Amino acid sequence: MQRIVVLGGGTGGTLIANRLRRLVDQKSAEIVVIDADDEHVYQPGLLFVPFGLADPGRLTRPRHRQFRPGVAFRRAAVDLVDLERSEVCLADGTSLGYDVLVVATGARLIPEETEGLTGPGWMDKVFTFYSLDGAVALKSALSRFNGGRLVVGVVDMPVKCPVAPLEFCFLADWYFRRRKIRDRAELTLVTPLDGAFTKPVASRELVGLLDDKGIRLVTEFNTGEVDGAAGRLVSYDGREVGFDLAVMVPLHGGQAYVDRSPGLGDELGFIPTDQRTLQCKAWPNVFVIGDAADLPASKAGSVAHFEGEILARNISRYLAGEPLDAAYDGHTNCFIESGFHKALLIDFNYDLEPLTGRFPGRLGLPLLRESRLNHLGKLAFSWLYWHVLLPGREIPAVRSPMPTAGKRALLTPHPGSPPTQI
Amino acid sequence: MPTSTYAGTDVTVNDEGFFTDPAQWREDMAPQIASQEGIELTDRHWQVIKFMRHEYEIKGTGPTVRVLGKTSGVSIKELYQLFPKGPAKTAAKIAGIPKPRGCI
Repeated sequence: MQRIVVLGGGTGGTLIANRLRRLVDQKSAEIVVIDADDEHVYQPGLLFVPFGLADPGRLTRPRHRQFRPGVAFRRAAVDLVDLERSEVCLADGTSLGYDVLVVATGARLIPEETEGLTGPGWMDKVFTFYSLDGAVALKSALSRFNGGRLVVGVVDMPVKCPVAPLEFCFLADWYFRRRKIRDRAELTLVTPLDGAFTKPVASRELVGLLDDKGIRLVTEFNTGEVDGAAGRLVSYDGREVGFDLAVMVPLHGGQAYVDRSPGLGDELGFIPTDQRTLQCKAWPNVFVIGDAADLPASKAGSVAHFEGEILARNISRYLAGEPLDAAYDGHTNCFIESGFHKALLIDFNYDLEPLTGRFPGRLGLPLLRESRLNHLGKLAFSWLYWHVLLPGREIPAVRSPMPTAGKRALLTPHPGSPPTQI
Repeated sequence: MPTSTYAGTDVTVNDEGFFTDPAQWREDMAPQIASQEGIELTDRHWQVIKFMRHEYEIKGTGPTVRVLGKTSGVSIKELYQLFPKGPAKTAAKIAGIPKPRGCI
Protein backbone atom coordinates (compact mmCIF):
# COMPACT_ATOMS: atom_id res chain seq x y z
CA MET A 1 0.00 0.00 0.00
CA GLN A 2 1.46 3.34 -1.03
CA ARG A 3 0.79 6.62 0.74
CA ILE A 4 0.15 10.05 -0.80
CA VAL A 5 0.48 12.87 1.73
CA VAL A 6 -1.02 16.24 0.81
CA LEU A 7 0.16 19.20 2.89
CA GLY A 8 -2.58 21.82 3.04
CA GLY A 9 -6.37 21.46 2.85
CA GLY A 10 -7.12 24.65 0.93
CA THR A 11 -8.16 25.02 -2.69
CA GLY A 12 -5.25 23.09 -4.27
CA GLY A 13 -4.90 20.44 -1.56
CA THR A 14 -8.61 19.65 -1.48
CA LEU A 15 -9.11 19.40 -5.21
CA ILE A 16 -5.99 17.31 -5.81
CA ALA A 17 -6.88 14.89 -2.99
CA ASN A 18 -10.35 14.43 -4.46
CA ARG A 19 -9.07 14.03 -8.02
CA LEU A 20 -6.45 11.51 -6.90
CA ARG A 21 -9.02 9.53 -4.93
CA ARG A 22 -11.02 9.06 -8.12
CA LEU A 23 -7.96 8.20 -10.18
CA VAL A 24 -5.95 5.96 -7.85
CA ASP A 25 -7.37 2.65 -6.58
CA GLN A 26 -8.14 2.71 -2.84
CA LYS A 27 -6.41 -0.66 -2.45
CA SER A 28 -3.16 0.62 -3.95
CA ALA A 29 -2.71 3.97 -2.18
CA GLU A 30 -4.04 5.82 0.82
CA ILE A 31 -4.41 9.61 0.70
CA VAL A 32 -3.83 11.74 3.81
CA VAL A 33 -4.39 15.51 3.88
CA ILE A 34 -2.73 17.45 6.69
CA ASP A 35 -3.68 20.94 7.80
CA ALA A 36 -3.18 22.90 11.01
CA ASP A 37 -6.87 23.87 11.27
CA ASP A 38 -10.28 22.79 10.00
CA GLU A 39 -11.41 26.11 8.51
CA HIS A 40 -11.56 26.40 4.75
CA VAL A 41 -11.99 30.06 3.79
CA TYR A 42 -13.49 30.94 0.40
CA GLN A 43 -10.77 33.48 -0.37
CA PRO A 44 -12.41 35.10 -3.44
CA GLY A 45 -15.12 36.31 -1.03
CA LEU A 46 -12.73 38.39 1.10
CA LEU A 47 -12.72 41.25 -1.43
CA PHE A 48 -16.47 41.75 -0.94
CA VAL A 49 -16.53 41.74 2.88
CA PRO A 50 -15.34 45.36 3.46
CA PHE A 51 -18.15 46.66 1.24
CA GLY A 52 -20.87 44.65 2.95
CA LEU A 53 -21.31 42.52 -0.19
CA ALA A 54 -20.41 39.21 1.46
CA ASP A 55 -21.34 37.81 4.85
CA PRO A 56 -18.04 36.87 6.54
CA GLY A 57 -19.77 34.13 8.51
CA ARG A 58 -20.67 32.31 5.31
CA LEU A 59 -17.21 32.26 3.73
CA THR A 60 -15.83 29.49 5.94
CA ARG A 61 -16.67 25.78 5.86
CA PRO A 62 -15.02 22.81 7.61
CA ARG A 63 -12.10 21.47 5.59
CA HIS A 64 -12.86 17.82 6.45
CA ARG A 65 -16.32 18.07 4.88
CA GLN A 66 -14.89 18.88 1.43
CA PHE A 67 -13.20 15.49 0.88
CA ARG A 68 -14.46 12.39 -0.90
CA PRO A 69 -14.79 9.16 1.09
CA GLY A 70 -11.38 7.50 1.19
CA VAL A 71 -9.44 10.71 1.84
CA ALA A 72 -8.17 10.94 5.43
CA PHE A 73 -7.90 14.37 7.02
CA ARG A 74 -5.41 14.88 9.82
CA ARG A 75 -5.39 18.08 11.81
CA ALA A 76 -1.76 18.82 12.71
CA ALA A 77 0.85 21.53 12.25
CA VAL A 78 3.87 20.59 10.13
CA ASP A 79 7.25 21.10 11.72
CA LEU A 80 9.30 20.22 8.63
CA VAL A 81 9.68 17.81 5.74
CA ASP A 82 12.64 15.43 5.85
CA LEU A 83 13.13 15.01 2.12
CA GLU A 84 16.02 12.55 2.39
CA ARG A 85 13.83 10.15 4.38
CA SER A 86 10.54 11.06 2.63
CA GLU A 87 8.92 11.86 5.93
CA VAL A 88 6.75 14.68 7.23
CA CYS A 89 7.62 15.63 10.82
CA LEU A 90 4.63 17.03 12.67
CA ALA A 91 4.65 19.57 15.50
CA ASP A 92 3.22 16.96 17.92
CA GLY A 93 6.46 14.96 17.58
CA THR A 94 5.09 12.18 15.34
CA SER A 95 6.06 11.69 11.73
CA LEU A 96 4.43 10.31 8.62
CA GLY A 97 6.27 8.70 5.71
CA TYR A 98 5.16 9.24 2.11
CA ASP A 99 5.63 7.72 -1.33
CA VAL A 100 4.39 10.93 -2.93
CA LEU A 101 4.16 14.32 -1.24
CA VAL A 102 1.97 17.10 -2.60
CA VAL A 103 2.81 20.58 -1.29
CA ALA A 104 -0.38 22.63 -1.31
CA THR A 105 0.17 24.99 1.61
CA GLY A 106 -0.19 28.17 -0.43
CA ALA A 107 1.27 31.55 0.39
CA ARG A 108 1.57 33.24 3.78
CA LEU A 109 1.06 36.94 4.49
CA ILE A 110 4.15 38.53 6.08
CA PRO A 111 3.09 42.05 7.11
CA GLU A 112 5.78 42.19 9.81
CA GLU A 113 8.51 42.14 7.15
CA THR A 114 7.63 45.70 6.07
CA GLU A 115 8.85 48.40 8.43
CA GLY A 116 6.00 49.98 10.37
CA LEU A 117 3.20 48.03 8.68
CA THR A 118 2.08 46.31 11.90
CA GLY A 119 3.18 49.28 14.04
CA PRO A 120 1.10 52.32 15.09
CA GLY A 121 -2.14 52.55 13.13
CA TRP A 122 -2.32 48.82 12.22
CA MET A 123 -5.98 47.75 12.28
CA ASP A 124 -6.86 51.37 13.08
CA LYS A 125 -6.10 53.20 9.85
CA VAL A 126 -3.89 50.59 8.16
CA PHE A 127 -5.67 47.38 7.12
CA THR A 128 -5.54 44.43 4.76
CA PHE A 129 -8.47 42.56 3.23
CA TYR A 130 -6.26 39.54 2.50
CA SER A 131 -7.27 37.88 5.77
CA LEU A 132 -10.77 37.28 7.14
CA ASP A 133 -10.05 39.26 10.34
CA GLY A 134 -8.57 42.09 8.32
CA ALA A 135 -11.50 42.21 5.89
CA VAL A 136 -14.00 42.33 8.78
CA ALA A 137 -12.07 45.11 10.59
CA LEU A 138 -11.80 47.07 7.35
CA LYS A 139 -15.56 46.86 6.86
CA SER A 140 -16.20 48.85 10.01
CA ALA A 141 -13.40 51.34 9.24
CA LEU A 142 -14.85 51.93 5.75
CA SER A 143 -18.33 52.51 7.16
CA ARG A 144 -16.85 55.25 9.40
CA PHE A 145 -14.88 56.79 6.52
CA ASN A 146 -16.52 60.05 5.48
CA GLY A 147 -13.90 61.43 3.13
CA GLY A 148 -10.15 61.83 2.79
CA ARG A 149 -7.36 59.90 1.15
CA LEU A 150 -7.81 56.14 0.70
CA VAL A 151 -4.65 54.44 -0.52
CA VAL A 152 -4.56 50.84 -1.75
CA GLY A 153 -0.95 49.67 -1.63
CA VAL A 154 0.76 46.53 -2.91
CA VAL A 155 4.10 46.15 -1.09
CA ASP A 156 5.77 43.76 -3.54
CA MET A 157 5.05 40.86 -5.89
CA PRO A 158 4.18 38.04 -5.91
CA VAL A 159 0.74 38.36 -4.31
CA LYS A 160 -2.33 36.17 -4.37
CA CYS A 161 -4.88 37.26 -6.96
CA PRO A 162 -2.92 40.17 -8.48
CA VAL A 163 -6.14 41.76 -9.79
CA ALA A 164 -7.71 42.03 -6.31
CA PRO A 165 -6.10 45.41 -5.45
CA LEU A 166 -7.58 46.84 -8.67
CA GLU A 167 -10.96 45.33 -7.89
CA PHE A 168 -10.80 46.86 -4.42
CA CYS A 169 -10.28 50.31 -6.00
CA PHE A 170 -13.19 49.83 -8.41
CA LEU A 171 -15.50 48.67 -5.62
CA ALA A 172 -14.39 51.54 -3.34
CA ASP A 173 -15.31 53.99 -6.12
CA TRP A 174 -18.74 52.36 -6.41
CA TYR A 175 -19.17 52.22 -2.60
CA PHE A 176 -18.31 55.91 -2.09
CA ARG A 177 -20.62 56.96 -4.93
CA ARG A 178 -23.45 54.97 -3.39
CA ARG A 179 -22.79 56.72 -0.07
CA LYS A 180 -22.63 60.06 -1.94
CA ILE A 181 -19.16 60.90 -0.59
CA ARG A 182 -17.14 60.17 -3.74
CA ASP A 183 -16.33 63.87 -4.23
CA ARG A 184 -14.76 63.94 -0.77
CA ALA A 185 -12.73 60.74 -1.23
CA GLU A 186 -9.40 60.60 -3.03
CA LEU A 187 -8.57 57.10 -4.31
CA THR A 188 -5.00 56.03 -5.10
CA LEU A 189 -3.54 52.68 -6.15
CA VAL A 190 0.15 52.27 -5.30
CA THR A 191 2.01 49.44 -7.03
CA PRO A 192 5.60 48.26 -7.51
CA LEU A 193 4.71 47.35 -11.13
CA ASP A 194 5.23 49.78 -14.00
CA GLY A 195 1.51 49.65 -14.86
CA ALA A 196 -1.83 48.45 -13.52
CA PHE A 197 -1.05 44.83 -14.40
CA THR A 198 1.89 42.73 -15.56
CA LYS A 199 0.62 42.04 -19.09
CA PRO A 200 0.56 44.92 -21.60
CA VAL A 201 -2.88 44.60 -23.28
CA ALA A 202 -4.73 44.07 -19.99
CA SER A 203 -2.64 46.77 -18.31
CA ARG A 204 -3.70 49.33 -20.94
CA GLU A 205 -7.39 48.45 -20.54
CA LEU A 206 -7.18 48.57 -16.76
CA VAL A 207 -5.29 51.88 -16.66
CA GLY A 208 -8.09 53.30 -18.82
CA LEU A 209 -10.69 51.99 -16.39
CA LEU A 210 -8.86 53.49 -13.38
CA ASP A 211 -8.70 56.78 -15.24
CA ASP A 212 -12.43 56.73 -16.08
CA LYS A 213 -13.24 56.23 -12.43
CA GLY A 214 -10.87 58.97 -11.24
CA ILE A 215 -8.52 56.62 -9.43
CA ARG A 216 -4.90 57.80 -9.29
CA LEU A 217 -2.19 55.25 -10.11
CA VAL A 218 1.31 55.47 -8.60
CA THR A 219 3.68 53.01 -10.28
CA GLU A 220 7.15 51.58 -9.54
CA PHE A 221 6.65 52.37 -5.86
CA ASN A 222 8.50 49.86 -3.66
CA THR A 223 7.09 50.46 -0.20
CA GLY A 224 9.93 50.50 2.33
CA GLU A 225 7.96 51.86 5.27
CA VAL A 226 4.35 52.32 6.36
CA ASP A 227 4.20 55.26 8.76
CA GLY A 228 0.78 54.81 10.32
CA ALA A 229 1.18 57.64 12.85
CA ALA A 230 1.95 60.24 10.18
CA GLY A 231 -0.29 58.56 7.57
CA ARG A 232 2.21 58.01 4.76
CA LEU A 233 3.79 55.28 2.67
CA VAL A 234 7.50 55.83 2.03
CA SER A 235 9.22 54.12 -0.89
CA TYR A 236 12.80 52.86 -0.80
CA ASP A 237 13.73 55.62 -3.25
CA GLY A 238 12.34 58.28 -0.92
CA ARG A 239 8.94 59.09 -2.44
CA GLU A 240 5.89 59.52 -0.18
CA VAL A 241 2.15 58.93 -0.57
CA GLY A 242 -0.06 60.31 2.20
CA PHE A 243 -3.20 58.55 3.45
CA ASP A 244 -6.03 58.78 5.93
CA LEU A 245 -6.90 55.11 5.40
CA ALA A 246 -4.47 52.58 3.94
CA VAL A 247 -5.46 49.17 2.56
CA MET A 248 -2.25 47.20 2.18
CA VAL A 249 -1.46 43.95 0.43
CA PRO A 250 1.43 42.66 2.58
CA LEU A 251 4.47 40.75 1.37
CA HIS A 252 3.79 37.10 0.58
CA GLY A 253 6.06 34.13 1.20
CA GLY A 254 5.79 30.38 1.58
CA GLN A 255 4.88 28.72 4.89
CA ALA A 256 7.40 28.74 7.73
CA TYR A 257 7.88 24.93 7.64
CA VAL A 258 9.22 25.28 4.08
CA ASP A 259 12.08 27.43 5.42
CA ARG A 260 12.74 24.78 8.08
CA SER A 261 12.91 21.97 5.49
CA PRO A 262 16.41 21.87 3.95
CA GLY A 263 16.31 21.73 0.15
CA LEU A 264 12.58 22.37 -0.27
CA GLY A 265 12.00 26.09 -0.90
CA ASP A 266 13.63 29.14 -2.46
CA GLU A 267 14.58 32.41 -0.73
CA LEU A 268 10.92 33.39 -0.38
CA GLY A 269 9.73 29.96 0.75
CA PHE A 270 8.13 28.98 -2.57
CA ILE A 271 8.94 25.59 -4.11
CA PRO A 272 11.01 25.50 -7.32
CA THR A 273 8.66 23.54 -9.58
CA ASP A 274 8.69 22.34 -13.19
CA GLN A 275 6.18 24.65 -14.83
CA ARG A 276 4.81 22.00 -17.21
CA THR A 277 4.80 18.77 -15.13
CA LEU A 278 4.31 20.40 -11.68
CA GLN A 279 6.97 18.11 -10.20
CA CYS A 280 9.34 19.62 -7.63
CA LYS A 281 12.66 20.28 -9.40
CA ALA A 282 14.83 18.87 -6.61
CA TRP A 283 12.81 15.84 -5.41
CA PRO A 284 11.02 13.56 -7.90
CA ASN A 285 8.53 12.22 -5.34
CA VAL A 286 7.37 15.74 -4.42
CA PHE A 287 4.75 17.62 -6.46
CA VAL A 288 3.36 21.12 -6.01
CA ILE A 289 -0.05 22.69 -6.66
CA GLY A 290 -1.30 26.25 -6.30
CA ASP A 291 0.28 29.28 -4.65
CA ALA A 292 3.09 27.29 -2.96
CA ALA A 293 4.91 26.86 -6.29
CA ASP A 294 7.38 29.36 -7.78
CA LEU A 295 5.72 29.20 -11.23
CA PRO A 296 5.56 32.25 -13.50
CA ALA A 297 1.75 32.07 -13.26
CA SER A 298 -0.71 34.01 -11.11
CA LYS A 299 -1.30 32.87 -7.56
CA ALA A 300 -4.99 32.22 -8.14
CA GLY A 301 -7.60 29.52 -7.57
CA SER A 302 -8.16 29.06 -11.30
CA VAL A 303 -4.48 28.10 -11.67
CA ALA A 304 -4.84 25.41 -8.98
CA HIS A 305 -7.98 24.15 -10.74
CA PHE A 306 -6.32 23.91 -14.17
CA GLU A 307 -3.19 22.40 -12.61
CA GLY A 308 -5.32 19.77 -10.87
CA GLU A 309 -6.30 17.98 -14.06
CA ILE A 310 -2.64 17.65 -15.15
CA LEU A 311 -1.18 16.97 -11.71
CA ALA A 312 -3.56 14.14 -10.76
CA ARG A 313 -2.64 12.40 -14.00
CA ASN A 314 1.08 12.96 -13.42
CA ILE A 315 1.01 11.61 -9.87
CA SER A 316 -0.79 8.48 -10.98
CA ARG A 317 1.79 8.08 -13.78
CA TYR A 318 4.61 8.57 -11.29
CA LEU A 319 3.18 5.87 -9.03
CA ALA A 320 2.92 3.55 -12.03
CA GLY A 321 6.52 4.30 -13.09
CA GLU A 322 5.39 6.02 -16.31
CA PRO A 323 6.84 9.26 -17.77
CA LEU A 324 5.15 12.52 -16.74
CA ASP A 325 3.01 14.60 -19.07
CA ALA A 326 4.45 18.12 -19.54
CA ALA A 327 0.99 19.50 -20.20
CA TYR A 328 0.28 22.47 -17.92
CA ASP A 329 0.33 25.60 -20.11
CA GLY A 330 -0.02 28.22 -17.35
CA HIS A 331 -3.74 28.68 -18.01
CA THR A 332 -5.23 31.36 -15.73
CA ASN A 333 -8.74 32.79 -15.74
CA CYS A 334 -9.90 35.71 -13.57
CA PHE A 335 -13.04 37.74 -13.22
CA ILE A 336 -12.23 41.37 -12.36
CA GLU A 337 -15.09 42.98 -10.45
CA SER A 338 -15.37 46.60 -11.61
CA GLY A 339 -18.30 47.89 -9.54
CA PHE A 340 -21.87 48.78 -10.53
CA HIS A 341 -22.68 45.06 -10.99
CA LYS A 342 -20.20 44.69 -13.80
CA ALA A 343 -17.01 42.71 -14.22
CA LEU A 344 -14.27 41.97 -16.74
CA LEU A 345 -12.89 38.54 -17.56
CA ILE A 346 -9.28 37.77 -18.44
CA ASP A 347 -7.90 34.45 -19.69
CA PHE A 348 -4.23 33.78 -20.41
CA ASN A 349 -1.32 31.34 -20.11
CA TYR A 350 2.49 31.29 -19.96
CA ASP A 351 2.84 32.33 -23.59
CA LEU A 352 -0.25 34.30 -24.47
CA GLU A 353 -1.23 37.44 -22.60
CA PRO A 354 -4.89 38.33 -21.85
CA LEU A 355 -6.65 39.42 -25.04
CA THR A 356 -9.98 40.84 -26.05
CA GLY A 357 -12.64 38.60 -27.61
CA ARG A 358 -14.91 36.01 -26.02
CA PHE A 359 -14.43 33.02 -23.69
CA PRO A 360 -14.37 30.06 -23.99
CA GLY A 361 -15.47 30.44 -27.63
CA ARG A 362 -17.04 32.95 -29.99
CA LEU A 363 -20.39 32.92 -28.19
CA GLY A 364 -18.95 33.10 -24.69
CA LEU A 365 -18.38 35.78 -22.08
CA PRO A 366 -16.74 39.02 -23.25
CA LEU A 367 -13.02 39.25 -22.49
CA LEU A 368 -11.28 42.36 -21.14
CA ARG A 369 -14.52 44.32 -21.31
CA GLU A 370 -16.94 45.36 -18.56
CA SER A 371 -20.23 43.48 -18.65
CA ARG A 372 -23.06 42.42 -16.36
CA LEU A 373 -22.70 38.87 -17.62
CA ASN A 374 -19.18 38.67 -16.18
CA HIS A 375 -20.43 39.98 -12.83
CA LEU A 376 -23.00 37.18 -12.77
CA GLY A 377 -20.19 34.79 -13.65
CA LYS A 378 -18.22 36.02 -10.67
CA LEU A 379 -21.21 35.54 -8.35
CA ALA A 380 -21.89 32.05 -9.74
CA PHE A 381 -18.28 31.18 -9.07
CA SER A 382 -18.87 30.77 -5.33
CA TRP A 383 -21.24 27.84 -6.02
CA LEU A 384 -18.86 26.36 -8.59
CA TYR A 385 -16.02 26.61 -6.07
CA TRP A 386 -17.64 24.44 -3.40
CA HIS A 387 -19.51 22.06 -5.72
CA VAL A 388 -17.28 21.66 -8.78
CA LEU A 389 -13.73 22.94 -8.14
CA LEU A 390 -13.11 21.42 -4.71
CA PRO A 391 -14.64 18.02 -5.58
CA GLY A 392 -12.18 18.07 -8.49
CA ARG A 393 -14.71 17.98 -11.31
CA GLU A 394 -14.39 19.66 -14.71
CA ILE A 395 -16.31 22.80 -15.59
CA PRO A 396 -18.10 22.03 -18.90
CA ALA A 397 -16.31 23.68 -21.85
CA VAL A 398 -13.51 25.00 -19.61
CA ARG A 399 -10.60 22.57 -19.54
CA SER A 400 -6.97 22.89 -18.56
CA PRO A 401 -5.46 23.86 -21.96
CA MET A 402 -6.21 27.53 -22.63
CA PRO A 403 -8.82 28.02 -25.41
CA THR A 404 -8.09 30.48 -28.24
CA ALA A 405 -11.19 30.16 -30.46
CA GLY A 406 -12.97 33.36 -29.40
CA LYS A 407 -9.90 35.56 -29.00
CA ARG A 408 -8.89 38.47 -31.17
CA ALA A 409 -5.52 38.00 -32.82
CA LEU A 410 -2.52 39.24 -30.94
CA LEU A 411 -1.55 42.79 -31.79
CA THR A 412 1.77 42.89 -29.98
CA PRO A 413 4.05 39.97 -29.21
CA HIS A 414 4.39 38.90 -25.63
CA PRO A 415 7.77 40.02 -24.28
CA GLY A 416 10.32 37.27 -24.46
CA SER A 417 8.35 34.94 -26.69
CA PRO A 418 7.70 34.83 -30.44
CA PRO A 419 4.40 36.27 -31.72
CA THR A 420 1.64 33.70 -31.56
CA GLN A 421 -0.83 33.18 -34.36
CA ILE A 422 -4.37 32.29 -33.44
CA MET B 1 17.87 45.09 -32.53
CA PRO B 2 19.75 48.26 -31.49
CA THR B 3 23.45 47.98 -30.67
CA SER B 4 25.61 49.79 -28.15
CA THR B 5 29.36 50.01 -27.97
CA TYR B 6 31.01 49.34 -24.63
CA ALA B 7 34.77 49.13 -24.10
CA GLY B 8 35.24 49.19 -27.85
CA THR B 9 32.94 46.21 -28.55
CA ASP B 10 29.51 46.28 -30.24
CA VAL B 11 26.80 44.45 -28.28
CA THR B 12 23.09 43.96 -28.99
CA VAL B 13 20.64 45.46 -26.53
CA ASN B 14 16.87 45.80 -26.39
CA ASP B 15 14.87 49.04 -26.54
CA GLU B 16 15.48 49.67 -22.85
CA GLY B 17 19.23 49.04 -23.08
CA PHE B 18 19.33 45.55 -21.54
CA PHE B 19 21.75 43.05 -23.09
CA THR B 20 19.96 40.50 -25.25
CA ASP B 21 22.93 38.13 -25.08
CA PRO B 22 24.57 38.08 -21.62
CA ALA B 23 27.55 36.20 -23.12
CA GLN B 24 28.59 39.44 -24.88
CA TRP B 25 29.18 41.14 -21.52
CA ARG B 26 32.66 41.66 -20.07
CA GLU B 27 33.62 43.17 -16.72
CA ASP B 28 35.41 46.08 -18.39
CA MET B 29 32.12 47.19 -19.98
CA ALA B 30 30.40 47.68 -16.61
CA PRO B 31 31.87 51.10 -15.67
CA GLN B 32 30.66 52.63 -18.95
CA ILE B 33 27.14 51.18 -18.64
CA ALA B 34 27.06 52.37 -15.02
CA SER B 35 28.10 55.90 -15.90
CA GLN B 36 25.18 56.09 -18.38
CA GLU B 37 22.99 55.40 -15.36
CA GLY B 38 24.82 58.10 -13.38
CA ILE B 39 26.65 55.59 -11.20
CA GLU B 40 30.34 55.34 -10.35
CA LEU B 41 31.08 51.75 -9.40
CA THR B 42 32.45 50.89 -5.94
CA ASP B 43 33.28 47.51 -4.38
CA ARG B 44 29.73 47.34 -2.99
CA HIS B 45 28.28 47.83 -6.48
CA TRP B 46 30.54 45.04 -7.74
CA GLN B 47 29.33 42.71 -5.00
CA VAL B 48 25.78 43.16 -6.30
CA ILE B 49 26.74 42.95 -9.99
CA LYS B 50 28.67 39.70 -9.48
CA PHE B 51 25.79 38.30 -7.47
CA MET B 52 23.38 39.19 -10.31
CA ARG B 53 25.58 37.37 -12.85
CA HIS B 54 25.84 34.34 -10.59
CA GLU B 55 22.06 34.16 -10.01
CA TYR B 56 21.38 34.57 -13.71
CA GLU B 57 23.73 31.72 -14.59
CA ILE B 58 22.02 29.39 -12.11
CA LYS B 59 18.38 30.40 -12.56
CA GLY B 60 18.15 31.99 -15.97
CA THR B 61 16.68 35.20 -14.59
CA GLY B 62 17.94 38.04 -12.41
CA PRO B 63 16.69 38.27 -8.82
CA THR B 64 14.08 40.78 -7.71
CA VAL B 65 15.04 43.49 -5.23
CA ARG B 66 13.37 41.56 -2.41
CA VAL B 67 15.43 38.45 -3.17
CA LEU B 68 18.57 40.60 -3.55
CA GLY B 69 17.93 42.06 -0.08
CA LYS B 70 17.63 38.57 1.40
CA THR B 71 20.54 36.88 -0.36
CA SER B 72 23.15 39.31 -1.74
CA GLY B 73 24.52 40.44 1.62
CA VAL B 74 23.42 44.03 0.84
CA SER B 75 20.23 45.33 2.51
CA ILE B 76 17.38 46.73 0.41
CA LYS B 77 18.03 50.20 1.87
CA GLU B 78 21.67 50.11 0.82
CA LEU B 79 20.73 48.64 -2.56
CA TYR B 80 18.64 51.75 -3.20
CA GLN B 81 21.55 53.96 -2.11
CA LEU B 82 23.80 52.14 -4.59
CA PHE B 83 21.25 52.01 -7.42
CA PRO B 84 18.77 54.83 -6.70
CA LYS B 85 16.65 54.28 -9.83
CA GLY B 86 15.79 50.71 -8.87
CA PRO B 87 18.39 48.11 -7.84
CA ALA B 88 17.10 45.02 -9.63
CA LYS B 89 16.69 46.74 -12.99
CA THR B 90 19.77 48.97 -12.89
CA ALA B 91 22.10 46.27 -11.57
CA ALA B 92 20.78 43.84 -14.21
CA LYS B 93 21.52 46.37 -16.93
CA ILE B 94 25.07 46.99 -15.65
CA ALA B 95 25.61 43.24 -15.21
CA GLY B 96 24.59 42.63 -18.81
CA ILE B 97 21.67 40.33 -18.07
CA PRO B 98 18.04 40.67 -19.21
CA LYS B 99 15.57 42.77 -17.24
CA PRO B 100 14.34 40.64 -14.30
CA ARG B 101 10.98 39.12 -15.12
CA GLY B 102 8.27 40.76 -13.09
CA CYS B 103 6.17 38.33 -11.15
CA ILE B 104 2.62 37.80 -12.31
